[in-house]
Amino acid sequence: MSAFANQLPIGLSIGAVLLLIALGLTFTFGQMGVINMAHGEFIMAGAYTAFLLGDLVPALPVAFLVAGAMGLILERVAIRHFYGRPLDTLLLTWGVSLVLQQLARDLFGAPNVQVPAPSWLAGGVGILPYNRLFIMGLAVAGVVAVWAYLTRTGLGRRTQAVVQNRRLAATSGIDTGRVDMLTFFIGSGLAGVAGVALTLVGPVGPALGTYYIVDAFLVVVAGGLGQLRGAVLAAIGLGLLNSYAEFWSDASLAKVIVLAAIIAFLQVRPQGMFVLRSRALT
Amino acid sequence: MIRRNLPFATVAVIVLVAAPLLLEPFRLSLLAKYLCYAIVALGIGLAWGQGGMLTLGQGVFFGLGGYSMAMHLKLTEGGGLPDFMVWSGVEELPALWVPFANPVFALGMAVLGPVAIAAILGTLVFRQRVRGAYFAILTQALAAAMVILLVGQQGLTGGTNGMTNFFDLFGRDLAEDSTQRGLYLVVASVLGVLYLATRQLVNSRYGRLLVAVRDGEDRVRFLGYDPALVKTVTFAASAGMAGLAGALFVPVVGIISPALLGVVPSLELVVAVAVGGRHVLAGAVLGAVVMGYAQTAFSEQFADGWLYLQGALFILVMTLAPKGIIGVAERLRRARTT
Repeated sequence: MSAFANQLPIGLSIGAVLLLIALGLTFTFGQMGVINMAHGEFIMAGAYTAFLLGDLVPALPVAFLVAGAMGLILERVAIRHFYGRPLDTLLLTWGVSLVLQQLARDLFGAPNVQVPAPSWLAGGVGILPYNRLFIMGLAVAGVVAVWAYLTRTGLGRRTQAVVQNRRLAATSGIDTGRVDMLTFFIGSGLAGVAGVALTLVGPVGPALGTYYIVDAFLVVVAGGLGQLRGAVLAAIGLGLLNSYAEFWSDASLAKVIVLAAIIAFLQVRPQGMFVLRSRALT
Repeated sequence: MIRRNLPFATVAVIVLVAAPLLLEPFRLSLLAKYLCYAIVALGIGLAWGQGGMLTLGQGVFFGLGGYSMAMHLKLTEGGGLPDFMVWSGVEELPALWVPFANPVFALGMAVLGPVAIAAILGTLVFRQRVRGAYFAILTQALAAAMVILLVGQQGLTGGTNGMTNFFDLFGRDLAEDSTQRGLYLVVASVLGVLYLATRQLVNSRYGRLLVAVRDGEDRVRFLGYDPALVKTVTFAASAGMAGLAGALFVPVVGIISPALLGVVPSLELVVAVAVGGRHVLAGAVLGAVVMGYAQTAFSEQFADGWLYLQGALFILVMTLAPKGIIGVAERLRRARTT
């Protein structure tokens, strides 16, 4: 029974990390139709920022800025020219991701590095270790911040307008280019924060992002494009499913079970949990 | 007719006659390896270039073919259980692998296994009108899951190391130059036949329908066709090609392991197709051979630089020449004639 209960915080914290990563993806994908494979490398950049600073708390804002800036540059220099060609952005950003990984390998060395966990995160309450609680707290804070941004600020409402109907938004005088930039900045920044969170539960290596990017995309697919609620539910669901599938079968079958579950889910809701309703055909 | 087939005939003569005469055995084996990849690329060219389905999981099908063949080779070598099973403490041959001692069954599974999986996945996904990027992500997740499964089931699959050390193929010594040359000819012929068949398919009514589905799926549906069926058949065909390529790859290269079929190798082949030119089938084949050669040539000299080069090449191709090498060649020819 206790082993069963122990899986709960693990699953929830995996879900929390996936959520932080998927928040950025679901908006860049939903709003701009960009499949950013280099998003995983923003996680890695965040994690290495924590490694360089050696301290968790200052690393959070710095990682947000570092990863956000990387996203912004990527958007301005390359992705901007690819709007409307999602499959091409996937391949383009994959090239970027290869270069960034190799860059990390050259800068920090191929072996994994460890970031010391702060002493105040040692221990826990009951079955909940503090470090996993902290990660969950970060995800909650991230979701609340994104929600507040989207619903309570003018820029956020403009973002929503672009997600719902880009051309109509542009006709109404919204500078969609600026909104795109900002979305990319925030989404990439959140991936950086996720990277800092990951230093609490494991080592940091150049390929860190590749372990999470596929699952994060599955969250987007299951949750529905550009849907905050969908991303939250799908991330928690996927995190729990992952950890319990590992618990009941074995680690090697877990991913197959998760994928089968998602394909089964898409039979019922082909466009994810929540769908932006519109009369458009596609 | 003759004019149209002249380029193909020229390439066929070079590949089938000139290359075996001129290249030393080691280089010929390498070329055979690239041609195996070219078979997978041909399938990607069909599914992605013509059908618009970006499949990022061809490595899975390649792997199924490869593991079927590898297991057959292990089981027919004699000497009881395959070596890797002995190392992981398996005492009896798992029932799953028993029929693979039969060459027809093993080869059949190498092709039909991938076809069946692609047909099931395609039916489930395309019927629900899941497409484009969603499909790409699902196939990529399939590749990721497959690698974890293969690594985890060590007693069945040899784990991370996969299977290697093969000695004979259908009673012939694999180390002999003549066997390797024969294998090369088989691989090249298979590629040639598949290329002609796929080109025929693309030029048929069915091929027109496939392109129509790529460019306007809903319109095709309104005209009374079933786009899901067209896509599923195409996806299954490309999976079958990848499976066959995997089965040929194993005796040529002498190894199959999860590292050869995961997310990255699957993507690399898509990259190769894009570099060659995805809009024509010949571009896919050309891209696979060129990228295979480039990888060998560059990683022989500086291993780390290859990743930079591959990444940079890819960014450049996508931004400057989205139609790849063939696209550039076409533009040059048009510039000269006008």
